[in-house]
Amino acid sequence: MDAIYDVAVLGGGNAGLCAALTAREAGASVIVVESAPRHFRGGNSRHTRNLRSAHVAPTGVQTDAYPEDEFLADLLRVSGDDTNKALARLVVSHSAGCPAWMQRHGARFQSSLRGTLHLGRTNAFFLGGGKALMNSYYGAASRLGIDVVYDAEVVGLDLADGRFTAARIRAGGGAREVRARAAVLATGGFESNIEWLRDAWGDAADNFIIRGTPYNTGTVLRVMLDAGAQPVGDPRACHAIAVDARAPKFDGGIVTRLDSVPLGIAVNNRGERFYDEGEDVWPKRYAIWGSLIARQPDQLAFSIVDAKVAGRFMPSVFPPIAAPSIRELARLLDLQPDTLDATVAAYNAAVRPGAFDHAVLDDCRTEGLLPPKSHWALPIDTPPFWGYPLRPGITFTYLGLEVDERARVLMANGEPAANIYAAGEIMAGNILRKGYIAGVGMTIGTVIGRIAGGEAAGHAAH
Amino acid sequence: MPPTDRTPGPGVLSLQQVVAQGQHVMTVCNACRYCEQFCPVFPAMEERLTFVSADLNYLANLCHNCGECLYACQYAPPHEFGINVPRTLAEIRLRSYEQYCWPRAFGAAFKAHGTLTALALAAGLTLLMFAAMWTINGDALRRSNPGGDFYAVMPHAVMVALFGSVGLFVLTALGAGAIRFWRDVHRGPAAGLTAAALGQALREAMTLRHLHTTGVDCTSAEEVRTRWRRWFHHCTSYGFLLSFASTTVAAIYHTVFGWHAPYAYSSLPVVLGALGGAGLLVGPGGLFVLRRRRDPALGDPAQEGLDESFIILLFLTSLTGLLLLVLRDRAIMAPLLLVHLGFVLTLFLSLPYGKFVHGIYRTAALVNYAVETAAR
Repeated sequence: MDAIYDVAVLGGGNAGLCAALTAREAGASVIVVESAPRHFRGGNSRHTRNLRSAHVAPTGVQTDAYPEDEFLADLLRVSGDDTNKALARLVVSHSAGCPAWMQRHGARFQSSLRGTLHLGRTNAFFLGGGKALMNSYYGAASRLGIDVVYDAEVVGLDLADGRFTAARIRAGGGAREVRARAAVLATGGFESNIEWLRDAWGDAADNFIIRGTPYNTGTVLRVMLDAGAQPVGDPRACHAIAVDARAPKFDGGIVTRLDSVPLGIAVNNRGERFYDEGEDVWPKRYAIWGSLIARQPDQLAFSIVDAKVAGRFMPSVFPPIAAPSIRELARLLDLQPDTLDATVAAYNAAVRPGAFDHAVLDDCRTEGLLPPKSHWALPIDTPPFWGYPLRPGITFTYLGLEVDERARVLMANGEPAANIYAAGEIMAGNILRKGYIAGVGMTIGTVIGRIAGGEAAGHAAH
Repeated sequence: MPPTDRTPGPGVLSLQQVVAQGQHVMTVCNACRYCEQFCPVFPAMEERLTFVSADLNYLANLCHNCGECLYACQYAPPHEFGINVPRTLAEIRLRSYEQYCWPRAFGAAFKAHGTLTALALAAGLTLLMFAAMWTINGDALRRSNPGGDFYAVMPHAVMVALFGSVGLFVLTALGAGAIRFWRDVHRGPAAGLTAAALGQALREAMTLRHLHTTGVDCTSAEEVRTRWRRWFHHCTSYGFLLSFASTTVAAIYHTVFGWHAPYAYSSLPVVLGALGGAGLLVGPGGLFVLRRRRDPALGDPAQEGLDESFIILLFLTSLTGLLLLVLRDRAIMAPLLLVHLGFVLTLFLSLPYGKFVHGIYRTAALVNYAVETAAR
């Protein structure tokens, strides 16, 4: 690989492909370096489903209207003040143009008028999901003459005075170099790097399940931080939810999540409850359960429900562990029958009568119980009893590289690197350092990816 | 979760394995639902939480094998979940053909198909007819110029008796299969079977609406969509219908009006037959090439013989029919007629026990889907 490309895009997920397509259309020669083999290309984007986009009127892919102000308010509600507001505003204001740009590059969307998508107003859903979207983008890349190397792990960057000259990659069993006039870093977070997670979480990290790609090892992020790039976001922070403990270690994606927690109780492997399962509606609370379980012994918990609520949550890919009595269920789950029985009995005794309504914050709650269950508290008394084992499932990490509004990576002295741009999860921490709103990761990747690609192509042309 | 490991290789999965694999796939799909707007299979799946054999048979025949959901799937092989909806449903489809077949004992035929078998059967039937005609009608066969009169070679009464009885049997077998399928997969009251539902299903079947998702083109590979598969299928199915129409018109000419063959090149039976024949050359020819080029992951490798023997029979039936039209005034007409009739007879006999049934069951599945959708 002796040619010098105008733009090297490191990472072949959504942000990387948006950058590559934009740079190529601006006339640059472009190479995409993807660490996964072709089958698993696309990073975590292959597990996504939608993109959040502001719009003023129904668009065919989104219903009603979603004004920019409302989008920004939704974003700031979860991020708090701990965000780069200028970048947040930039992403929101550019979000409206995303679906049309995506369609011009082969993306197909679901019709907003069919189905029962509760996010159909705020979010545009990819037909077939994120992997189908990535297939469309790779198809567009191939038609435009963008070079793509798969199975190519970036192991180092050649940097001189904050200037990128080449990426050292390992591909096809050998070491190679990809030289370029500008680089777009779109290699995601470090959530699949267990060693790195262990730095932050200790041995508990060994029991984490990584919901997405095993290829987000954070090597490029680490190299840049070591080279003096300005970090952004809490190095410990990650988005983690409760997933079925029987899920594969990596790449289990959407189907391993479990939504049964607010409908029953959750206990740790000592058979004790540890948090208010009914604190708030599940979409607002499901993302705290990953770290709650991570702090339990052996990072293990169990969601326990009875026959009354079966069928009220999304079917899980794994069957429930079912038993005719709580004691028998405890034995099957490898819990102390006495303790679990006592926990359930104490909970049942504390439940106050109310009008159960799964759809709202109802008045079914416990009294005199610690921790309480504030809503949807029904006695667990109707067999068969169901148990689901839970583990923390990491979606992504928040630590990233600070960038400016032209997607340039900022170095420790506050100056932008000459020819290094970042897009996607590796810089999402500029905007979001805690919490999450559905589909915003793809919005950030698309908007900043396009900016980074355009800027990189412009730099290479001069 | 049922085991995901499976023995590779064609034809080695037991019925239990196929059903278990189908249930595994549907469990994962139902927890994911990313594909729900590709086609009716996924909305129909979401209406069900458990999947017994009849549900799987219904979904399998609703599937048009467009392939979108394999390429979109984050759990497709080599992912450890190993989800391949098109192939799994193709495997179940074959089992459903056997299961609903009438008489049931003939179900074994679905696995026995091969191009050689079909050709041998056609040759055998041709020889049989040749021997029979030689015996009862030898003069005509030996005549150097039969003058385009097919009935001089095989008397009209013989032809009507032979093809009439075979046709009746074929219709009975196809009808019985359709009824068995419907009784097994349809849930709920029969009242839903309205003209509107039937119309919707027929429209979808005749346009192959679900072969091209939400666009004009069908999946051809991971990143490629072309309209060729749908167009070649249209050539085939409409070619078949035109040929059928040609025969029907000819029969009406003969019995009602007393107008006897051979008919002029500009006559309705000949025009319809020529158009249909052309469709049955272009369509099957194109489908054969596309099938050979297609990603093998999208289908069941065990069904190559089933698919290709049907395609080749259609092609050769049409080819010999068109040759017969062009050469009907030549001396070769008599043997050519018997060869053609050999292919027609083989095609007819294989209709209820070959790939043709996919049209019956898929249309019935579309009717069931229309009924279920209306009831929702």
